[in-house]
Amino acid sequence: MTDVVVPPIAGSPAGARRRRSWYRRNRIALAPWLFLAPALIMFAIYVVAPIFQSIWISFYEWDGLGEAEWVGLRNYEDLLYDDRFYTSLKNNVIWLVLYMAAVPAGLAVALFLNQTVAGIRVYKSLFFFPFVISQVVVGLIFAWFYNPNFGIVGQVWEFFGARPPSILGDERYVTYGIIFAGLWPQIAYCMILYLTGLNNVSPDQVEAGRLDGARGWRMLWHVILPQLRPATFIAVVVTVIGALRSFDLIAIMTQGGPYGSSNVLAYYMYEVALSEYGFRYGYGSAIATVLFTIMLVYISYFLWRMWRDEREGR
Amino acid sequence: MKHIVKTAVLGAATLAMMAGSALARDLVITFDDLNPAPKESFEWVIEQFKAEYPDINVTTNINDREAHKTAIRNFLSADAPDVTSWYAGNRMAPFVEAGLFDDVSDVWEENGFDETLASTMPSMTIDGKQWGVPYTYYQWGVYYRKDIFEELGLEEPQTWEELLEVSRTLSENDITPFTIGTQFLWTAAGVFDYLNLRQNGYDFHMDLTAGRVDWTDDRVRATFDRWNELMDAGGFIENHATMSWQDALAPFVQGEAGMYVMGNFAVAAMRDAGLTNDQIDFFQFPVIDPDIPNAEEAPTDTWHIPSNAQNKEDARLFLAFVARPDIQTEWNKRLGQLPVNSEAEVGDDKFLQQGFEVLNDAAGIAQFFDRDAPAEMAKAGMEGFQEFMINPDRLDRILERLDRIQERVYE
Repeated sequence: MTDVVVPPIAGSPAGARRRRSWYRRNRIALAPWLFLAPALIMFAIYVVAPIFQSIWISFYEWDGLGEAEWVGLRNYEDLLYDDRFYTSLKNNVIWLVLYMAAVPAGLAVALFLNQTVAGIRVYKSLFFFPFVISQVVVGLIFAWFYNPNFGIVGQVWEFFGARPPSILGDERYVTYGIIFAGLWPQIAYCMILYLTGLNNVSPDQVEAGRLDGARGWRMLWHVILPQLRPATFIAVVVTVIGALRSFDLIAIMTQGGPYGSSNVLAYYMYEVALSEYGFRYGYGSAIATVLFTIMLVYISYFLWRMWRDEREGR
Repeated sequence: MKHIVKTAVLGAATLAMMAGSALARDLVITFDDLNPAPKESFEWVIEQFKAEYPDINVTTNINDREAHKTAIRNFLSADAPDVTSWYAGNRMAPFVEAGLFDDVSDVWEENGFDETLASTMPSMTIDGKQWGVPYTYYQWGVYYRKDIFEELGLEEPQTWEELLEVSRTLSENDITPFTIGTQFLWTAAGVFDYLNLRQNGYDFHMDLTAGRVDWTDDRVRATFDRWNELMDAGGFIENHATMSWQDALAPFVQGEAGMYVMGNFAVAAMRDAGLTNDQIDFFQFPVIDPDIPNAEEAPTDTWHIPSNAQNKEDARLFLAFVARPDIQTEWNKRLGQLPVNSEAEVGDDKFLQQGFEVLNDAAGIAQFFDRDAPAEMAKAGMEGFQEFMINPDRLDRILERLDRIQERVYE
């Protein structure tokens, strides 16, 4: 495109010239939107639209094959009387609370590994290893651990002369057993976040703190942790999201059993909408909508904080 | 840009060519079992079919059994094969009602299947029409460790009292009477079906799975009472909720459990695990009420033509082919199951012979809990059975819950 500007000639078509000049005048404002457009369109089609579509389906009864039938709020009404739904909701809360243990545990491991010893990189990568392997593998390994007949838990119990519990077969222990398995990779994830954060801790402040006599816990609490705030924030967010969408482990280890007692909303939704005995898409969508609402609370908080931090940063 | 257009045109041309060649007698067949015996015997049948119809270009897809159950919903409407395997009874009803299976009554009529396949005709019929053809079924019953029974001087129990007695004797000798793995739920339904069929009879069982009887009915409670008696007599292995049916074979093979309520497909797995014919045997589930004629469980596997199939003409040839007596005879010999066609011969395996007798004398044939009841009811019911096996004292709560679900499912 040439930038040779033709001097305006009297009597030339004014409209065309004004339009071109409008674009010229707003080019800087428009350019970012043009660059953003592909991503925005993709996001709208593959993320935003399905959300509304899913909410829309939750007002129907539909088996995925025949005609969908409008039932209004009945799917939500059914949820109110559904024991399985409450079990799943309760388990989701347990997941949220206990999964948080991954954050301090990750910090502890990161602090432990943040030293210069020969071969520290090897140790770091070994600690990071559980996050790299697939959740399916984690689930299988822990299912074997827990097996009362040949698993290590059974062996230990028998060594002490006790009868081993069936962790995955007992409604009292099953959710905790799965969460424990989930913590293993999640701690590794938090650890890596903190390790990168620790790289950015300014040595000057540590030095200054040391001169002022801060050591041990006081140093950690007043000097190190404030500088790790961004890392903590991200670690909490990914852990919350991880807890809410816990799915793979449950699918591998118990399929929500025994009799639905280890279900969480994400898996229950899948079970109702897509599994062998499911295909109630409306009901599944209603569960998805509830789960989405819960997540929305965290997402809004997350966005609000980002917005606030950015405004302060300026 | 020019390049993209070119590729698109090329793609369209290829597609058109593929569509063109589909007219040249291509037959796509989708089968749903990757286990060694079913897969090999299916491949044998395809070889026979090709030899008989050399003009037909047969393509086969073999899916994993569980994956097939989900995939079929997509491929029936999106990219249908010409023939697909599936199950009889209520399991095919959603596809029939959605118009995704072709009416194949003409195949039945032309080949006289209403005579030769009469035993399964009711479970292939919806709205007075047939929607597929059966190729195999198999009996359920109690498989037991013959060597252990002989060692303890036990005999095959014929009545409920005898079964309880056998169970007690086994328990006293530190052998758990029954092995079972309920992680995937359906195994528990096998036990429930038999208890209910023996306690209340075939018609009652069908009424229950069709939603015409309440779960809190006293007769259903009586069935659960029997179940309780069985558990009191030693019952089932511990930790069954974390085991699949294959996992549950281990205690049976190691001699820690004596009996297994199962379908005949388990025999192959038992033999693979090292048990010989002298160590395993079969008996019909014992009589509870002598006034009630024995009905049996015999899930039927079937072939169907999707409504969106490209080549329905040759698909019909295939359906007629797989229901033929000679094919069913040889196929089921290789499969280790029973042919449906009454003119076919049963393999000389002792389990098949016995199963054939049992099914011939049956007062009624149930498909299985999760094929007789609608999907949602089946799932809730089987979860209830599992919960009952772990917490028998919760029976009231379980039955009330099932009633609530029943009310919604069958409205």
